[in-house]
Amino acid sequence: MASADAAEAPSWRDEVYDVLKQAGVKHVVYVPDAGHATAIERANADAGMHSVVLTTEEEGIGYLAGAWLGGDRGALLMQSSGVGNCINMLALPASARFPLLMVVTMRGDWAEFNQWQNPMGQAAEAALRLMGVLTWRTDDPKDVGPLLRGAATMAFSGDCACAVLLGQRLIGEKEWVK
Amino acid sequence: MSSGGALDRRAVVAGLLRDRGDLLVVTGLGSASYDVMAAGDHDLNYYLWGAMGSAAMVGLGLAAARPDRPVLVLTGDGELLMGFGALATIALRRPRNLSIVVLDNGHYGETGMQPSHTGQGIEISRVAEACGFPRVDLIARMEAIETLRRRIHAREALALATVKIAAENPPRVLPPRDAIHVKNRFRLALGLAPA
Repeated sequence: MASADAAEAPSWRDEVYDVLKQAGVKHVVYVPDAGHATAIERANADAGMHSVVLTTEEEGIGYLAGAWLGGDRGALLMQSSGVGNCINMLALPASARFPLLMVVTMRGDWAEFNQWQNPMGQAAEAALRLMGVLTWRTDDPKDVGPLLRGAATMAFSGDCACAVLLGQRLIGEKEWVK
Repeated sequence: MSSGGALDRRAVVAGLLRDRGDLLVVTGLGSASYDVMAAGDHDLNYYLWGAMGSAAMVGLGLAAARPDRPVLVLTGDGELLMGFGALATIALRRPRNLSIVVLDNGHYGETGMQPSHTGQGIEISRVAEACGFPRVDLIARMEAIETLRRRIHAREALALATVKIAAENPPRVLPPRDAIHVKNRFRLALGLAPA
């Protein structure tokens, strides 16, 4: 995995988790992806965080609605292929105006070796928008913190469904043959 | 082969919601919502009119955020089946204050009583048991409802109960459909402000 920014501090990978903490997130719910490995490891090691592994991404939308009913903030981490699993469930934040903060790591949008990832990867952002989710996409490590911070504000202060898409150039090419 | 049971769903739900105290309730899409509404509307009910398959997960998030309160998910067999993987997710979390009660008539009642998986051999309580739910019940007698009600309030262990109800549709009692209103009044009743 490419990690040209590893020497910088903090790296965008750490910044994702730092911003979630600063936004008052107490629940990190996820279907694992290599691009989210740092945030997931930190969530698992954080006694102040509910770290919840899901069998499918749509479970996270229900979970976070319930957490909000009880007064808590959370975030859903997933890969772009998981966006398709969420479509009908996005009626929940759309109808009830539940805050929803999603961080989506992209596949199928740059240097993708596995073409099976391309259909959902190419459709992910448009699909989110079709269901009323506000989206921001970046390939630049400098953008990750500010975009996520802004999305968290619009989710938790404005009852919006928000997704930050982290491009495949940012995450780095997957090594298929080692 | 199991195919629902004989219990009156309205009597079951009314029995579970008696003396509800500080109970928080999430209802799954369909008849379970009407049953809870028929027992009396309440600020601390969250009725799902869509998002089929999400009721148990909404309950999990709520239970995690409010460990001081008992949380009851009331849903049907069809609604739970649509989010079956949630049983695995919930079993790993094991919140002691969460109870899931599946009103199992073995049919999709809302759409014309087509047989569901549970009406053709799938037993949800056995799946919950295999997932490691610490407390699992299969209820076919009305007398067991009061014991279940007390256990829900005890907050001692994550629980799932399948209640075998008759495959019939009592008159609909419709809960409010404004999801924003229902959300905000729920949060207000917990002392939380709208955004």
